Formats: sequence, structure tokens, C-alpha cells
Amino acid sequence: MTTYQEFIQQNEDRDGVRFSWNLWPSSRLEATRLVVPVSCLFTPLKERPNLPPVQYEPVLCSRANCKAVLNPLCQVDFRAKIWACNFCFQRNPFPPSYAGISDVNQPAELMPQFSTIEYIVQRGPAAPLIFLYVVDTCLEEEDLQALKESLQMSLSLLPPNALVGLITFGRMVQVHELSCEGIAKSYVFRGTKDLTAKQIQEMLGLTKPAVTGQQGRPLAPQDAAATCKFLQPVHRVDMNLTDLLGELQRDPWPVPQGKRPLRSTGVALSVAVGLLEGTFPNTGARVMLFIGGPPTQGPGMVVGDELKTPIRSWHDIQKDNARHLKKATKYYEALANRSATNGHSIDIYACALDQTGLLEMKCLSNLTGGHIVMGDSFNTSLFKQTFQRVFSKDYNGDFRMAFGGVLEVKTSRELKVSGAIGPCVSLNSKSPCVSENELGIGGTSQWKVCGLNPSTTLGIYFEVVNQHNAPVPQGGRGAVQFVTQYQHSNTQRRIRVTTIARNWADAQSQIQHIESSFDQEAAAVLMARLGVFRAESEEGPDVLRWLDRQLIRLFMFHLRRSPFLQVFNNSPDESSYYRHHFVRQDLTQSLIMIQPILYSYSFHGPPEPVLLDSSSILPDRILLMDTFFQLVIYHGETIAQWRKAGYQEMAEYENFKQLLQAPLDDAQEILQTRFPMPRYIDTEHGGSQARFLLSKVNPSQTHNNLYAWGQETGAPILTDDVSLQVFMDHLKKLAVSSSA
Amino acid sequence: MNVNQHTPMASPYGQPQPSFGQPGYAPLDGSYPAPYAPYNGPASAYQPGAPPQGYSPFTSFPSKALAANPVSDLPSPLDLGPVRGPPTSGPPPVSAPQQYNQYSQSQGSMQNGPPPPTQAPPRPAVSQPYNQGAMNLSGPHPSYPQHYGPPSTMQQVTNQMTGMQITSGPPTAAGPGYAPPHSSQPPVSTGYSAAPQASYTQAPPPVSSAPTQPPPPSGPAAPQQYYSGPPPSSQQPFNSSLPPTSQQQQQFTSSVPPHPPPQQTLPPSSYSGPVPTQSQPPVPPVSQAQQSFPTPQPPFSSAPPPVSQSSFATGPPPSAPGSFPPQGPPPSSQPGSFPPPGPPLTSAPSCQYPGPMPPQQQPPPSQPSPYHSGHHPPRPQMPPTSMAQSNHLPPGPQGPAGPPGPLQQPPSQPGMQTGYPPQQNGAFGQVRGPQPGYSGPYPGQPNYGAPAPAPPAQKRLDPDAIPSPQASDMPAVQKPRHRIDPDAIPSPIQVIEDDKAKTTEPFTTGVRGQAPPLVTTNFQVQDQGNASPRFIRCTAYNMPCTADMAKQSQVPLAAVIKPLATLPPDEAPPLVVDHGESGPIRCNRCKAYMCPYMQFIEGGRRFQCGFCSCVTEVPPHYFQHLDHTGKRVDCYDRPELSLGSYEFLATVDYCKNNKLPPPPAFIFLIDVSYNAVKSGMVNIVCQELKTLLDCLPRENPEVESAVRVGFVTYNKVLHFYNVKSSLAQPQMMVVSDVSDMFVPLLDGFLVNVNESRQVIESLLDQIPEMFADTRETETVFGPVIQAGLEALKAADCAGKLFVFHTSLPIAEAPGKLKNREDKKLIGTDKEKSLFQPQVGFYSSLAKECVAQGCCVDLFLFPNQYVDVATLAVVPVSTGGSVYKYTYFQAQSDQERFLNDLRRDVQKLVGFDAVMRVRTSTGIRATDFFGSFYMSNTTDVELAGLDCDKAITVEFKHDDKLSEETGALMQCAVLYTSCSGQRRLRVHNMAVNCCSQLADLYRNCETDTIINYFSKYAFRGVLSNPTKAVRETLVNQCAQILACYRKNCASPSSAGQLILPECMKLLPVYLNCVLKSDVLLPGADVSLDDRAYLRQLISCMDVAESHVFFYPRLLPVMKLESGSLPVAVRDSEERLSKGGVYLLETGLHLFLWVGASVQQELLLNIFGTPSFSQIDSNVTSLPVLDNPISQALRELIYSFRAQRSRYMKLMVVKQEDRAELIFRHFLVEDKSASGGASYVDFLCHMHKEIRQLLS
Repeated sequence: MTTYQEFIQQNEDRDGVRFSWNLWPSSRLEATRLVVPVSCLFTPLKERPNLPPVQYEPVLCSRANCKAVLNPLCQVDFRAKIWACNFCFQRNPFPPSYAGISDVNQPAELMPQFSTIEYIVQRGPAAPLIFLYVVDTCLEEEDLQALKESLQMSLSLLPPNALVGLITFGRMVQVHELSCEGIAKSYVFRGTKDLTAKQIQEMLGLTKPAVTGQQGRPLAPQDAAATCKFLQPVHRVDMNLTDLLGELQRDPWPVPQGKRPLRSTGVALSVAVGLLEGTFPNTGARVMLFIGGPPTQGPGMVVGDELKTPIRSWHDIQKDNARHLKKATKYYEALANRSATNGHSIDIYACALDQTGLLEMKCLSNLTGGHIVMGDSFNTSLFKQTFQRVFSKDYNGDFRMAFGGVLEVKTSRELKVSGAIGPCVSLNSKSPCVSENELGIGGTSQWKVCGLNPSTTLGIYFEVVNQHNAPVPQGGRGAVQFVTQYQHSNTQRRIRVTTIARNWADAQSQIQHIESSFDQEAAAVLMARLGVFRAESEEGPDVLRWLDRQLIRLFMFHLRRSPFLQVFNNSPDESSYYRHHFVRQDLTQSLIMIQPILYSYSFHGPPEPVLLDSSSILPDRILLMDTFFQLVIYHGETIAQWRKAGYQEMAEYENFKQLLQAPLDDAQEILQTRFPMPRYIDTEHGGSQARFLLSKVNPSQTHNNLYAWGQETGAPILTDDVSLQVFMDHLKKLAVSSSA
Repeated sequence: MNVNQHTPMASPYGQPQPSFGQPGYAPLDGSYPAPYAPYNGPASAYQPGAPPQGYSPFTSFPSKALAANPVSDLPSPLDLGPVRGPPTSGPPPVSAPQQYNQYSQSQGSMQNGPPPPTQAPPRPAVSQPYNQGAMNLSGPHPSYPQHYGPPSTMQQVTNQMTGMQITSGPPTAAGPGYAPPHSSQPPVSTGYSAAPQASYTQAPPPVSSAPTQPPPPSGPAAPQQYYSGPPPSSQQPFNSSLPPTSQQQQQFTSSVPPHPPPQQTLPPSSYSGPVPTQSQPPVPPVSQAQQSFPTPQPPFSSAPPPVSQSSFATGPPPSAPGSFPPQGPPPSSQPGSFPPPGPPLTSAPSCQYPGPMPPQQQPPPSQPSPYHSGHHPPRPQMPPTSMAQSNHLPPGPQGPAGPPGPLQQPPSQPGMQTGYPPQQNGAFGQVRGPQPGYSGPYPGQPNYGAPAPAPPAQKRLDPDAIPSPQASDMPAVQKPRHRIDPDAIPSPIQVIEDDKAKTTEPFTTGVRGQAPPLVTTNFQVQDQGNASPRFIRCTAYNMPCTADMAKQSQVPLAAVIKPLATLPPDEAPPLVVDHGESGPIRCNRCKAYMCPYMQFIEGGRRFQCGFCSCVTEVPPHYFQHLDHTGKRVDCYDRPELSLGSYEFLATVDYCKNNKLPPPPAFIFLIDVSYNAVKSGMVNIVCQELKTLLDCLPRENPEVESAVRVGFVTYNKVLHFYNVKSSLAQPQMMVVSDVSDMFVPLLDGFLVNVNESRQVIESLLDQIPEMFADTRETETVFGPVIQAGLEALKAADCAGKLFVFHTSLPIAEAPGKLKNREDKKLIGTDKEKSLFQPQVGFYSSLAKECVAQGCCVDLFLFPNQYVDVATLAVVPVSTGGSVYKYTYFQAQSDQERFLNDLRRDVQKLVGFDAVMRVRTSTGIRATDFFGSFYMSNTTDVELAGLDCDKAITVEFKHDDKLSEETGALMQCAVLYTSCSGQRRLRVHNMAVNCCSQLADLYRNCETDTIINYFSKYAFRGVLSNPTKAVRETLVNQCAQILACYRKNCASPSSAGQLILPECMKLLPVYLNCVLKSDVLLPGADVSLDDRAYLRQLISCMDVAESHVFFYPRLLPVMKLESGSLPVAVRDSEERLSKGGVYLLETGLHLFLWVGASVQQELLLNIFGTPSFSQIDSNVTSLPVLDNPISQALRELIYSFRAQRSRYMKLMVVKQEDRAELIFRHFLVEDKSASGGASYVDFLCHMHKEIRQLLS
């Protein structure tokens, strides 16, 4: 048998699943003692180039509350043409189409290598993709211009049949009609008024004529044209929309001195949600919100328009001094829930130097699977490329995005599902396999993930419910089935089914096995997600304390210092942003976020990963740090001097030039694949931007202990934070003392 | 008596119905419930009282009169002399004469009456003499006496005339009674008094006599005799007999030069006196004249006939004639008026009055002669009375019917001006013809009798008679049919024509208290210190000094102010004055603006306010030395010191938020619902706007208009358009949130037309296309106005909204309405609710609009009920207009709509205006009528004020007025001009004050009173049942007339109806008001129409309301290029089957074609020889190359040009169904909705008066 390492890797590659434990303790009591729950990171749409979807629909268990999908773990009686559900043990006959089934003629779903299989559902009309741009016009001229160009560019990336819509807002909210010739029409909403979905639809003329026209007017067959006059196929309105975007003006209302522009983000979103709700419910749609500042009026207002009142900080929040916070958050949550219910996801592209209210608005994306992108300006490559990457395509030429996903988890009897953490909302489906103990979003076995991409990863937490006195028979296996229904970007509806099984182990007799089956990385991420989840809802220090009580090795140190849990030095918006990405990225990316990767380049050898420690900062090295959000290239003191002296320009120092180039190339490689684009920082010793590096490394040398260590090594970090060394010492002390 | 009556009446009644703000009215309203009963009570009481008073007065009279006369005369002249006389005299001299005369007269009369003493006493005194005279003449005269006291002769005459006019009940008795008198009286005014009075009651007899009347012509003979005397040269005779008078006349005619001498000479004659009064020299004469009068009076009293005759013959007569001519009004008004009424025909009335006379006159078949005779008679009487009267009458200037004179003066004048003619004649050369008659008349009163008869001839009332008035006049032989001869009652046409004939010279405003010519007369105005009548017209130019008097007379004291009225091209618009950074100079206390009434004292260092008497320092930069008369030497260099109307440049202190306003904006809001598109309205509007936008108002034609424009279309939602010049295409912004309206854009909504022309044109091209297929039938309205308002708010400017709307706003939105038209409510107590707005929303919206200076003009294109009462709330409160095109069809209504729209867009308009009327101590503006909003009791706020809007202001006493200083009013309008300049327009007006009721009655303007009454009544329907409102009106009029009868007319049979000269048309006009669709709707009149008319009236000026209530009816077949034919009275009887008539109301224009019209005429007009081939659907006449067609089309064009709204031409064929509509406007006839005919109403009125008197 292969090592666990390989097994884990193999499983991840095939099924997109990483369990914290790969042997499951067989009783609730034992499982509880393990501290880290049985849980997994699941990437529903993991890219599987070698997995062609099958063109038929899955066979379901006939038991009403089971409905598990036929899978390789099922026992099949080929002669009787009967299969037994491995979750509920219901015996089901094969459907007529499986008449030809036999030992040698098995459908794909019965083959072990197809533990993950994708079906294409042929029923129902194919719904087009919908992209609704919601654009803030209170931008600087330069920013707006850049944004307009990006938007115009994006039109060319959309599939021709995709529907597009445009809403612009500033003081007012304008919904642009795209179907008209000649005069450009738009419907305008006041930015200060909270409207119900019904009102919005009425005002947009989306309600059925039958409802409004009482006077027996002929029922005009306007429905098709009228209802979606705001959402038109790209190929038809390409020119129109390009012109429209081109003519887009900055918000014309004057902004007095000392005031922020009035930005009706809340109403704009409300209109966008209402529009889609009324026209294309349960169809994949993407609301893309571009903002250049915080909402300053109307519902969802984050800060007033007085510049003298700064936007809330963590300090204000802790002091309960953020007067708009709760109201705005509540407002956006309501919107997010409505949007999620209809399967529409909301992206937020926020580009401003100050905060834009992501803290309040984060739920929009978090609950609907949308993206959040944060930048300084729309006129930066960070935004431009990130935005472009939203429309990236896979090897099939399809968008790397899926809509309206519903993830259902089924478990065998000994196991129940406690909850999930990720960009999803509960569907409140109370099946028998739902645990009473909630971790994350619990109380359901189904979650809706409105926006999915191949890297979207959920953490799913289970509870072993088998009683200690009812041991599982030797060699018994527990099974979990993930059924993900979604709308593929080519408008097909698909169902991906992943069925995995793990052995049960008696924790008393097989503790070593269980230990060895522990997946440290997965566990770290899963626990971190739990921590972040709690951090979102609880006070920071409490979470830290909770986390400290759990025991996870190295990662914990960095996690404690990470922006996911620490709000110090981060604005509320930044925290929200970081957390948003943390709870949706796959394991590898999550690890990078927790513990940034540091590569060192020197003349002494090939690039090597080095400890994320201040001791790694040496004058003759070039460091490349990847924190997921930032990509820092740091030139050591000497290197920087050489570079300044221009040696790289001299033929005889070709090697120096190459040395300089190497991290750049590597960084480029990372930039190519990363979404969102990390902030790319090229700095050097003493540079102001070097702070990004210094804040991440383990402060093994500080102004306190600088002289206790060798002179030669590293750079001192001016911080009061404890170093890893101290942390570990403390941890060891704790581990052997009281806990025993 | 009067006083008592009034007071009691008022108080009791008033209380019942407090709703009416005006005390005076209140009583009336209250009275409705049981008017009669109460009246009876008082009446009875009065009866006894009345006679005694009258008599007592007589006794007392002489003394008082004497005393008064001299005193008053002296002061008046003095006053005039120093203050105004000189200045005005300088320039005005030419035309001044008349005015002066008037002044002198009025003053004389006014002052003559013992100020303190109650009216009764003075009057009696006067009346006594007159009475006698009157007695001789006819019952009515008595009233005159009082007035005449001073002007005794004149008044008497007029009184007589009036008296002559109408007598219903007593008729029979009167008839006989009179008959004798006639015989006896013949000499003097027999004809007048007897005939007229008798005629009414005796109507029947008269009729019979009528035929005979024609004979009056025979009368003519008599008149001729008179004339013979006078005729030779109307003036000459006068001259000869009354050199002075003649001179006066001449003066009038010749105007300037003659005056001085004539006046001097005149002194002897009262007239001359008065005239002179203006000029210093005159004064003495006046006094003398008066004195002289007194003397003559006695004679009258003693032997009325002889006296009058003699007097006339002697000094007075001449003067009288002279006076009459000049003062046309007085004479005409009194006796003359009636006779004159039907210049020829109308004059008949006068004759008619004499009704009884006719027989006498029968002999003289020739009508002309009768007329003359008729006229003459009056004249003779007149002269004596007129002397005084004329003085008073000066107001008469109205009379100057220049036109009539010229037109048919020869024939008509005689009749027309029988009474007046003299004056006119005197004034106008042409009239002279009649004058001779006058002269004659005087000598031979019998002649009068004869003349009187002549009128009867006119009685043609008879059906077919319809021939043109003139023609008909001539034939005059007809059969008696009606109980009362319509020709025998006061004829509006006659009055109008008389006034035209009388007015030959520019009207100068320099003389206080002089009534201007009628609105129907074309005249020129010279501003000499009072506002032109085009800006301000008053109901009374001689206000009672005390509240008691005012209450007693019940004559409303009101002014109709049209602050931005358009002046004819030959009159200069108000000059603009800039007093620099500190703003206009104002009185420190009452804040009145610098005006000619400010008296500079202390060498010019201070000035004393004419309104509140407060003394204010003159700012150094404004200081100027005074000349020896106490006037500033720069007086004539400064408009504010020498003119009645001028403008100040306002400073920032007069602006909102203390900053100069930006130029205003026009926003066009177009309904694009299904109905609007289908009717073609949308298309028409959009097409028209493309060119119309080049015609936005501007003050300097050289400069492009500063007005910015914006566009909105709407149905259930609103569409705003961004037409910024930098755009290639307009952008539409839909606002569906109608419950909470806002403006979606700022930049690009309001634009300069020239900068954004291409975008705008593109927009206007596309709007009709965009909504061509709309199926939206629901509309909103409230949000539409809100949108415009918000847009103006956002732009921080004032402006005007043009809303083009089609249907009842039933879509869910603020201001949503439901159909509440319920015909069952009409006539019930709940009817008033139909005139009230359905919801309160629009009232508060209007308030906001006013605050922003947002004026709303509403164009309605309804196919069914749209609830005008509610929709018009905002336009009416913001100084806007409402236009209504029911069942609009592009084909037929386009022209009317477009012309209205063009005019509405182009006309001069001021924004964000505040009007304040200041008055001199003793009187106060208490009530206002019109399109405006008031947030307090003094400031009239007008979001917009255009050149067609008039505001009627009612005044009430709060203290005594002094005869010496008169009553002053200053109307100041602060507004933003169309170029964004902040200005103050100031109109000053001074009227006289009188302590004798007679003076009041002699200086009234009926047209203005009717304007006031109609506005008052139309507002009353909001809070009272229409029936009650109607009764209030009738009651008040009855009281006015009864008061006159009691206090100013000579005692006579109760059966006689005696009307003041100036008010003899009050009944006929009042009847028109009562019969209007608002107060008495026909079955086919929709609630919307009534509400529409109601609001329309509220801002009409006098000219418009006059023609609205008494439409102008012209016989087209008498049309000749260059002159208008004399109008015909609005009665079917006057229409000839063989004629074609043009009728205009200011809103409608009909061309009535008789069934048996000559083919040639049809060919000339319609291009078809056949009556049956006339297409009654055409709205314009074919362009044919013949004089008739040209003249007719020119006529129609000129009519349209005169009115603020375009009148669509309707061709009505006799016997056609459409004739029903046409008949509705024949206001002297019974109306289909139950309105009384003129004759019936007059009888009713008489009954009411008698009840009051008994």
C-alpha cells in the first residue's frame, strides 16, 4: 500500500477531497477526544481534464429520504438487476435503461475509478448566463475611464448568447435599457429609498401586463422583449453597450467641498437583485459590482457624506461607535440571502485607497459565491488582470465558473454532517444525516453555492455518531457522498457525484493508525476555517483563546498572526477581504495564506524555500514571498546596491542579471494562475514596501533579542509579538503541564 | 334710510354666512335664505323713512348744497391747480380738458356734497331742485337731484334718463300718470321721464305706441325744432345759446387752445367751471357755476320744466350741452345713455323709456328724427342737469364713442347720443347734428317728449326686424308684442357705441378720479401720474368717504389690476428706474415706493408719504431742490415722480437668499399615453416645439433668450431627457418611482436651446416615434408637477412648466384621482364639493411650487372627465393658465392649440413674483381674486405672472377717507424678468373720495363691477350652493340700485325703475353672469367645463370678462373694410335671416349664417352660392379675392389678435343643430338652462328693488 501521503494526494486529485483524518475513530467518544473533528475540504468542481461527463442522468436510491446516487460502493446483483444503496441499504431495481447491465458491462458509475463522476442533465431549457454590471460612477475621471475600458473589454470575453445588463449609480441609480435604438433609455431610481422587489419590478415594468392592466387591454406579447429589455444577448447589443459605456459620465451631481460623493450602492444592489429576481430566478447570473468608495446614502449606507467623519475602524467597531454598521450589514445580508435564493452570485470589485465598506458588504459575496476583489484603483493592472481572469476559460474553452450549485452531502449511518464553511448558504434540508451539533453552517445536508469555480472549496465537518458500545465491525467502512448539481458555464445543467469511503478504526486499539492517517495540512486549514468562521461572529481574543486550546502545530503560530484572525494593522475591509478568500480557496492556497512561502535566490545555489523567519533576510539574497494576497520580491541590501549600481547592465555580470530575473519569472508564473491577482511588490532592503515582508516573518530577531543572536543573520523586526521560539516554548510547557 | 337699511341687512345676514370674507357680501349671502322676508321688513320701514328723507333733504338741501358747492369747488381747483394741474397741464393740456372737466365736475360734485353729512341730506337737497326738474321730466329724475346738488342739472338729466329707462310694475299707473306729465312736461323732459317709465309698465301700451313711436320721427320734427334751434350747428346752437358750453365743446374737440378762454367764459356755466377747475382760472368759475346752478335749480324745483328749459336755454343749457359733449358720459349716462344706447336703435331705449312718448312722436314717422328728438329731449333735460352732471360725468369720457359717431353718427348719433350726443356732439364735430337737437330740446321740452317717442320706433324688437340694427332702426315700424319693449331697456351696444363716439382724444391719467373710456373703446393713454386703465381699472373712481356709505351703497370697491399688461405699440412700456445699490427709495413706515404722491418738504430734504403721512429723509444721492411750487426740479426727469407706472431695478435685498436669481427655465412635460399619441397631440407638440423654442421670451429682441428648457414625457412613469449639447443622442431617463418624485439628472436637463439644438431636435423627432405604439392608458399628474418643481429646485431657479395632459390621473401615485362626476349633485347643496379639489395633495403641492417660483401652465386634451377642478389647483395657485381642448382632434383643433401654445410660450412673463397693494390710510385691500397664492393677508404670491393675468383687489374702509386727498393705492410687483433681472413694477392710482352717494354712482364702471362680481360669485360656489350665490348677487345688485333710487334719484313712483347712468347695464350684465355655465349649468355642460370657466374667469381682466359675459355680435353683411359695423345686441330677435353674423366671446368665435342669405354674400364668404353647401365643419374661411371675404378674414384675425386665447371659428347655419350652442351665447334671450331673458330679469330686478324700497 502506498503511504498516506500518496493516498491523500491521490484522493485529492481524483475527488477533490482532503480529510483531516483518513481513518475514522469508530465512536463518538473517541472522535471527540481527537479534538480535530472528522472533516474534509471538498472542492466540488475540481478540474478533472480526464473526466468526461456522461450524457445521462444518475440513478437514485428509491428511498425517499435517501436518494443517494448509484456509486461504486453499492452492492449490485447483476442477475436480479438490483442494487443496494450503501447508505440506507435499500434495494433498488435498475431502471429499464440499465437492462443490459452485467459483470462485464458496467456503467461508469459502478467503476471504482469513477468515484467522482459527472452527469449532464438534459431536462429543462438551457438558460443563458447573465452578467449584470453594476457600476459606480462616482469615480475619478481616470478611474472611470479605466473601468469603462475594462468593461468594454469584458464584452468581448462573454459568450455571444450571454445576457448582459448595466446599472450605473451615483446619487441616483440608473438601469439602462439596452434594446432600444436611438435614444438611450434608462430607468432611474432615487438612491435614498429602500424599495421592495415588487416595487422595483413594477417600476421597471417587469410585472406581467395582466397584473397591471385592469382595463382589459390586450395582453401584449411584450413579455420576451419587455421583461428583459435590460438584459440582452451580448451579440445583439454589443455595439450599443460599448457606446453606452463609452458615453458614461461621471456622476453629474456636484460634490461640495468637504463631502464625499453620494453613492447609492445599497439601492443599486437592491435594484440589481430585484431585477434578476423578477426576470431570471434560479438561473445562473452574476452581478458584478464595481465600487470606488463606500456607500454614502440610502439603505446600506456605510458612512455619511461628511468627510470629517471617517469611515469606521476596528477601533470604532469595538467601541460600538460605528453607527451604520449593523444596519448596513443587515441590509446587505438580506439582499445576499435573496440573491442566493435565486441562485445569483454577486461579485464586488472595490478599488479605492480608503475602505469601501466591504465589511458590511462581504456577505453579498460570501453567501452567493461571488468574488471580492480589492485594489487601489481601477487603473491598475491588479484590477484589470484580475477582472480579466474572472472570464478565464478552461481547456474546453468554457468559463471557469459555474452557477446555482447545490451541494448535498449524504453519509452512512455512523456519520452525520455537522455543517459546512465556505461560500454557501444553507438550504435547510433536514435529512437523517444531519447532526445536531453545528459546526459552521449546519443543520442541513444541502447548501447552495451560487457561484462556483474549480477552486471553490468548502470545509465540511462531520460528527461520528456511532455509540461507543456499538462497535463497527472490523473492516467496516464509512461512506460520504457529495452530490453537486450546478449550471455549467456552457449553460448545461450537470450533476457531479463524489463518493468516498474510509475505514473505521477503534481508537483504543488502533490509535497509531489513526494518528498516522492524520492530514496535518487539511486539519490546519479546516481548523483555521473554523477559527475564521468564529472570528466573523465572535470577538477576536475569544477566538484566539479557543484556537489556542486546540492544538495544531506550526501553522497555529502564523495563523494567530494572520489577518484572518488578527485585526490589528488591518482595516475592517481588509480583514473581510482576507477572510473571504480564506474560506473558499483550496488547501494549497489556504496554506499559503496561513504560512506565506518564502523563496531565497542567491549565487550560492538554486532558489530554495527558506524559513519564514527574520533570519532569512540576508543582504546577498533576493527573497520572493507569496502570501497569496501579496507577492513580494525583496532585494537584500547588497543586491540592492549592486542593482542600483547597474551591474546587471554590464555584459560581464550577466549572471547577476539572471539572478535578478529569476524571481521575476517565478512571480510571473504565480501571477498567471492566481485569482485574485496578488498585489505585486518589488522592493529592497530599507524600502517602505519591505514592511509587507517584515510583518510576515517570524520575529526571531527583534530589538529585544537582537544581540543574543549572531550578528550575521537576518534583519531585526521591530515588534512586540512573540517569536515562534517563544511560542513553542510556551506551547511545550502547556502541553506537558496542566492538560495531562 | 339707506344706511339703515344696509346696515341692518348686512349685519343679520352677514352673520349667517360668515364664509364670505367680505362683510358687504356676507350680508347678501346670508340674505339668501329669506332675503325677501327681511327686506320686506326693512322695506316697509324704509318706505316711510325714505320719502321723508328725500323731502327733508330738499329742505335742507339748498343750504348744504350751496355751502358744499362753493367749498368743494374751491378746494378742488386749488388742489388741482398746484398739485397736478400744472404738471399735467403742461403736456396734457390737449386732452386734459376732458379730464379736467371731469375732475372739476367730480370734485365739484364730490366735494359739493357736504362731506360729513350723510349722503341722504346732500342728495335730497340736490334732488329737490332736480326732482322738480325730474318731476317734470319724469319720475327718475328725482334721484339725480341729489347728485346734481352741485351739478344739479346734469344729474337731473341723467337721472331722468335713467329713470326713463325702466319702470316695470308701476308702468300702468305710471303710464297714465306720466302721460299727463308728459303733456304737461312735454316742454322739458316729458319725453324722457314719462315715456321711459311708462313704457315699461305700460310696456304693452308702449308697444302699441311703439309703432306710433316710429312716428317719433315726428318727434324728430319736434326735436328738429329743438335741433332746428341747436341743429343748425349743434355746437353753434349751443354756443349761441351757451357760448361757454359750446366753447367747452369746442375745446374738447379742439382741445387745448379753446379751453382757457372757454373755461373762463364758461365759468358762468357750471361746466366751464368744472373744466377750469383743473386749471386755476376755472376754479372760480366752477364755484360760480355751481352757485349759478343752485339758482337755476330753484327754478327747477319751482318749475322744473321751465327751469330746466329756461336754464338750458340760457346759461345752463348751453353749458349743459357743452358739458355734455365734453363729458359725454354724464349726459349720455343719464338720459342720453338710454337714448343713445341704441345709437340709433339702441338709442331707442331712451326713446323706449319714454315709451309712452312714442305715441306722441308717432306723428313723426321718420326714425332719425325720433332719435334726434329722443335724444334731444334728454339733452335738453340733460343740459341743465348735465351741467352738473357733466361735471361729474366727466367719467363719461367712456361714452366718447368716437367710432359710433363717425360711423353712423348722423343717424345713430341722434338716437345714440340723444342724451349723450350733445356732449359727444359737442366734443365731436359730427355729433353736432344732434346737438342742434339738443339746443332744440332745451328750448322745447315738448320736443323731448317727441324724441322719446322716437325711440319707441326702435321697438322693432319684433322678430324679423332682425335687420341690421341701423337698418332696423330706420324701419322701426313694428308691432307691439312684448310686454316690455326690449329696445326700451338699456342697451349695451348703445352704451358701447356712445363711449366710442365720445372718446376721440387720448386718455390722460393726470386727473384724479376720472373714469377711463370703456374697455370696448379704442383709445390711447398718456401716463400723467396715475396708472393706465390698461393696468388698473376701478369699480368706482369716486370712493365713499366712509365705511357707512360704502356699506349703504353696496357698491363693491375694487380694482382690477393687470400688472404686466401688454401695451399697444404706440404707448411706451414702463420705464426702468435704477436707484442704485441701496435700492428703491421707500417710505420708512409703510414701505411705499417713491411715487408722484410723495410730497417733498423742507426744501427737498425730506418727503412725506402720501399713504401713511410718515416723513422720511431723502437719501443724499437722491436729493434735489424744489421749485417754487414745491416740486422737485427734476420731477419730469424721473418716472417715479411723474408717472403712474414704472419699474425699479431691485437689489439683492429683494432676492431669494440674497442673491440675484439665475435666468428662469421652461420645462415641457408631455403626456405620451395612448390617448395623447392617438389624438395627435404628442406629434403636434413635438413638431411645434422645434420652431417655438426660437421664440422664447426675451426682453431684448437682439439677444438670444436666457431661458433654459427641459423636456419630460410621461404616462404612468416619467421620462426625463438629457439633451446636453455634448451628446450625440438625447438620453432618456425613466423614473418610475412616482410616489416619491425626484429629478434623475442635473447636468443636461435644462439647457440653452441654441447650444443643444441638434440634440433637442433629435429628441423631438424621436418622441412621437418612441411612443407611437404605446398601449399605456394610465397617467399620473401630481408627480409630473413634482418633477418639474424638483428640477427647478435642483437648478435653483424659477420657471414655468408646460404640462400637456390628457386624462384623469388614475395610476397609483400621489394625487391620484377618481371619477367623481355626479350630475345628480348639481343643484344640491353638495354641488359645491364638485368645485373643490378632490384631494388636498395639489394644494400643498401648489404651495411648494409658489415657494420655488414654479408656475404651471396646463394644456388639457380630455376625452372624458378629467376633474379640472382638482387638476387646475396648481396652475391657478401659481399664476398659470389652464387650456382645455375637449375631444382634441389634430385636424380641427390643431390651429387653436398651436396658437395658444405659441402665445403662451412667447408672452411676457415674470417669475417668482410678489404683489403688494398699499393704500392710503382709511382704506385697505382686503380681498384678492385671481391666480395666485397667499400665505398671509397682504402679499399676493405669484410663481408666474404673465401679461394676460389680472388680479382683482377689493378694498374696505378701516377709517374715513378725506375728499381732499382722495384715496391712493400703489400696487408693487416684485418679479424676476425673463432675462433673470429682478424688478419692481409699480402702479399708482388715485381716486377721488366723495361724501355723497350720488358722486359714487356717477363714477362707477359697470364692466369692472361685473368683473368683480363674477369673480366673487365664482369663488363663492366653492363654499355655497350656486343658488345661494346667485341670490347673493341679485340681492347685492338690488341693494345697489335701491340705494341709488332711494338716495340719489328724485322721488317718483315706486313703479319706476331708475338706474344710475353708470350702472344702467348692471342688470343685463349681471343676468349674463347669473346665466353663465358656472352658476346655471345647462344639461349638456360638463362639470369640467364649469370648473374650467370658473378658473378662467378668476384671472380675466375687464375687457375679457366683458366680452365673455356679453359676447360681441357683429353683422357681417354690413362689413366694410376700414371700419367695424356696429354690434348687435345678443338676442335672436336681432338676427336677420338674410344676414351673416360674427359672434365672439373671447373663447369662441361663431359665424352664424341665416337661412336666406343672399347668394352673393355666400359666394363672397364661402365661395359657394348655396346655403346647403356650406360646410359647417370648416374652421377657417376660404381665401377669396373679394372685399367681403378679405374684410371678414381680417376681422376674424383682428379678433383673435385681441384675445389671449385663440378662438376657433365655428360656422353655424341657421336651423342647424349646432345653432343650439350658438344660441347659448345670445345672452339677452332666455337660455335653455333656464336663465332669464334680459327683459324678464330686469322685471325681476325691479321687483327686488321695490321690495327693498318698500
